[in-house]
Amino acid sequence: MAVTAHDSSNEHVLEVESVGFSYGTKVALADISFRISAGETAFLLGPNGAGKSTLFSLICGLFQPQTGSVTVESHTATKPSALARLGIVFQSDTLDPDLSIADNLAYYAALHGFSSKDTNQRIQTVLQPMELADRKQEKVRTLNGGHRRRVDIARALMHNPRLLLLDEPTVGLDVPTRHALTQRLRSLAATQQCAVLWATHLVDEVTEDDRVLLMHQSQLHGDDIASALMSSHNVSSLSELMKLIIKKPNAEADS
Amino acid sequence: MNLLHAWRAFVGILKRELKRFVRQRERFIAALVRPLVWLVIFAAGFRAALGLSITEPYATYITYEIYVVPGLIGMIQLFNGMQSSLSMVYDQEMGSMRVLLTAPLPRWYLLLCKLAAGVVVSLLQIAAFLVFVALLDLDIPFQNIALALPALVLSGLMLGALGLLISSAIKQLENFAGVMNFVIFPMFFLSSALYPIWKMQESSDWLATLCVLNPFTHAIELIRFSLYGHFNGLALAVTTACTLVFFLAAIWSYNPARKFRANRTAAR
Repeated sequence: MAVTAHDSSNEHVLEVESVGFSYGTKVALADISFRISAGETAFLLGPNGAGKSTLFSLICGLFQPQTGSVTVESHTATKPSALARLGIVFQSDTLDPDLSIADNLAYYAALHGFSSKDTNQRIQTVLQPMELADRKQEKVRTLNGGHRRRVDIARALMHNPRLLLLDEPTVGLDVPTRHALTQRLRSLAATQQCAVLWATHLVDEVTEDDRVLLMHQSQLHGDDIASALMSSHNVSSLSELMKLIIKKPNAEADS
Repeated sequence: MNLLHAWRAFVGILKRELKRFVRQRERFIAALVRPLVWLVIFAAGFRAALGLSITEPYATYITYEIYVVPGLIGMIQLFNGMQSSLSMVYDQEMGSMRVLLTAPLPRWYLLLCKLAAGVVVSLLQIAAFLVFVALLDLDIPFQNIALALPALVLSGLMLGALGLLISSAIKQLENFAGVMNFVIFPMFFLSSALYPIWKMQESSDWLATLCVLNPFTHAIELIRFSLYGHFNGLALAVTTACTLVFFLAAIWSYNPARKFRANRTAAR
């Protein structure tokens, strides 16, 4: 399969160019390149262990690429100027369970340099669409998994990021909660006008019209609209496509 | 770096540390009871066993309780530094360290904020301890507390930086017990906190040498001298140098790629 670089005439918010990263001798990412424009949502689809989380760690500046470059609106990913443009929902829970929702958000706002007054307004603004504004004084420990995820997402949106990174945001949630959260995220992505990179291994979160970056075994095996990827592989669903990619060795998958 | 942004981030980190400290009542009680046990129980026994001669910075003979107060202040800071280290390891395990390290500020500054917030918490613990010291009617020059404050900040930074460095090397919370055995106890007992070094030398030259080489000894002497309005250049130099070395080493070792790689290996 030929990797087709998705093209967009808009300004690129995220540019990943020939990125490589290894854990010792184990290659985690090999020559990954793609771009995402403002207002665009791309799904990073791949099985567990494909390299999605490593790629996220590179984009949010936790790791430095060993080869290639990652830039956010032309700022190198590890620089504070790039981090200021990022909103991140990590795969694992990163909220302080013993602090209230408001305290968790205020801590994040302080790290982004907002004044107290501005912080209070922003907390209200981001919690409203999450239907959590009335519960902001509740401790995170008392929330269920779905509500915690909503707080995570609200926090990531507090500073109006240019790029929203969602690392398996629905993992560990039951099916109805997962579907509700997916719908909420889709509507947010449409209204926020920021670029969104959404990593998932759950094919039912992706529709045929979505842009998909297909990852497996440290490599990008495709970058196109889901329906186009399916037809180029002669499969009728994304789960079939995933099975096909997982089954085939790298060389075959790329051919 | 925008200074207003940097200041607000520090205030945010400090508020979080203070809220955590208030929430962990057991930590506060332990921080207070530990030195008080030494002061009230051990000191009562040691007073008879340990004779103290006139030694700098004291102008006259002093009781053992008075001698041991700066050492116990150091003990509070030592335990607080290691407690901060423990909370950093907890943050790493819980994932909240990622939130801190992806904040749009230089990593060294974020770690410095964590360190400074830990020092503020240690100063609150010391203030509470000194209230009890005052209640015990010990002849401590409380009027010199303001003079001793820079020394307390510096010693707090040194021990906090050491804690930071240790936390960068610890992969899992369970491994932290080793810190108690291999860092806190040797540092505390091989220092001038509980007995002057000349007293140690009467028993063993090499143990006395280890005490002199121990940075914690110099932190305590810095506190002791400043509390009595004296200047100890060597203690200041050693404590400052160790603070810088520990902090720079902590920044170098706080590389998430290295850390998470180690965690992956440990998890396998």
